[in-house]
Amino acid sequence: MTREDIIQPENLVYQKPRLLNDMTMHYCPGCSHGVVHKLIAEVIDEMGMQDHSIGISPVGCGVFAYRYIDIDWQEAAHGRAPALATACKRLWPDRLVFTYQGDGDLAAIGTAETIHALNRGENITIIYINNAIYGMTGGQMAPTTLEGMKTVTCPYGRDPKIHGYPLNMSEIAAQLKGTAYVSRQSVHSVPAIRKAKKAIRKAFELSMQGKGSNLIEIVATCSSGWKLPPVKANKWMEENMFDFYKVGDLKDIDKE
Amino acid sequence: MKEENEILLLKGNEAIARAAIRCGCDGYFGYPITPQSEVLETLAELKPWETTGMVVVQAESEVASINMLYGGGGTGKRVMTSSASPGIALMQEGISYMAGAEVPGLIVNVQRGGPGLGTIQPSQSDYNQATRGGGNGDYNVIVLAPASVQEMADFVDLAFTLAFKYRNPAMILSDGVIGQMMEKVVLPPAKPRRTEEEIARECPWASNGHGLKQRKPQVITSLELQPDIMEERNRHLQAKYKLIQENEVRYETHCTDDADYVIVAFGSAARISQKAIEIAHEKGLKVGLFRPITLWPFPEKEIRELSHRVKGFLVVEINAGQMVFDVRLAAEGRIPVNQYGRLGGIVPSPDEIVDELFKLAEQAKA
Repeated sequence: MTREDIIQPENLVYQKPRLLNDMTMHYCPGCSHGVVHKLIAEVIDEMGMQDHSIGISPVGCGVFAYRYIDIDWQEAAHGRAPALATACKRLWPDRLVFTYQGDGDLAAIGTAETIHALNRGENITIIYINNAIYGMTGGQMAPTTLEGMKTVTCPYGRDPKIHGYPLNMSEIAAQLKGTAYVSRQSVHSVPAIRKAKKAIRKAFELSMQGKGSNLIEIVATCSSGWKLPPVKANKWMEENMFDFYKVGDLKDIDKE
Repeated sequence: MKEENEILLLKGNEAIARAAIRCGCDGYFGYPITPQSEVLETLAELKPWETTGMVVVQAESEVASINMLYGGGGTGKRVMTSSASPGIALMQEGISYMAGAEVPGLIVNVQRGGPGLGTIQPSQSDYNQATRGGGNGDYNVIVLAPASVQEMADFVDLAFTLAFKYRNPAMILSDGVIGQMMEKVVLPPAKPRRTEEEIARECPWASNGHGLKQRKPQVITSLELQPDIMEERNRHLQAKYKLIQENEVRYETHCTDDADYVIVAFGSAARISQKAIEIAHEKGLKVGLFRPITLWPFPEKEIRELSHRVKGFLVVEINAGQMVFDVRLAAEGRIPVNQYGRLGGIVPSPDEIVDELFKLAEQAKA
């Protein structure tokens, strides 16, 4: 058997998603963003929604999401993505509308837009990347930074007396009547990636069925911000993040 | 909804709402604030989502409203918001993004006095903010200043037309007087909202997924980190603004042909000035009125021409002196340019304006 015999479509076990283009990603090695982009590209393609999707990118590391996935995009001001998504979905009800936001964008400057879009039950999905730090601006404290965790703006560790407590947006979202599906996932292992994809697919489908708003939180790594190599960052996440940010479904309208 | 022109007695704010439905507006996104809340209230009562399919959303803030406008406009839909001065201040971030990303949309400002929470009474003190961009960066917004309830209705479609022609946000800069007063209005003839195909033809730049398999993805963004490309984008915007200045100046004159003195005023100040001109004529002073309808682009050339023929300008505006600087720039020091305004929500009376006209006449003689 020659190499040419083996490289045949029927033997294909894995390929780059069709909607993910060849642009070199600006993300750091070990960052979770690339994996989540891949999952979104796969789900949109599998749902046949390429020409019926509008993505809203945030301010933060995900700002250039629009460069990598071949669908129509809008780039929002910091924290305002759910407001843009609200209008897009109300004006184009047959479109798949989603936002892609980090924890600074969603849980600090955009808290109002996030909570109100979710509570109005806008038929959108919010993909929420939570790495407990501001990545793009260089590792400052985020609303989600864990107690005791060190960042450049809390170099002695987050002290609730000075900095307040980490904010758990998915738990808040799960209490809102407008949400259909709220799930917290991660992408640090193959099984986790599969579960995360399933959650994204479910959220997108519920939004298209008009069941309400959906929040998929991805507990993510930030090797650069955490100052850890990729493998150690994954381990640190498992040991420290999952205790406070528990992975799993927080609300599922199908099971109520 | 009647197809033909409908004649009603309406508040300025109500006229805006009814005109929006009739001119094929796709969506309104707003937040209550005095003195413009009747816009959202009227829309809520008329339920256009059951007739034309127009979307109406009460947002959680002006910040959210303007970003809904940015999102909706980016998909090629005709979208609008309305607010009053403190709310418009909050919207500046979104207006700047819309200008940077070249997203059309209509913003209505029914001005009240400031600074800060100020007052709920009328004012024209947002002139500088409206005509200089207002947010961060080098940009301009097309600004239309209605002086009647009729113009509140007429300018909605005009603002949308200009906004889409130039892919730029447009503003109707009204005030608490025009928003709250009632007048007879001939509403514009009703026209349907555009279909998806029509939007695709008019807005090939729009980000809505339409026809994606036959084209490259569209991205609505104001971001560009490469300085040479960003400079080029800014130059493109500036060239567009120059084109707007050349083609879209609008104004109205009244008795300027044989006038010795001319009042320059917009909006409700122009309405009050008309009465002042009548009184001045009775007292033997030949006074005309120049009313800029577009505050940006400003009718600079026309005012400059007038400054060669008359003895003095009186700028009447309900603020501490904002448009007066544009008039002085246009007059180039040839003739005296005085300003008269009241503050704090007080509107000037015609008699006060007449007194100022006689002061100007004495000054010009000296």
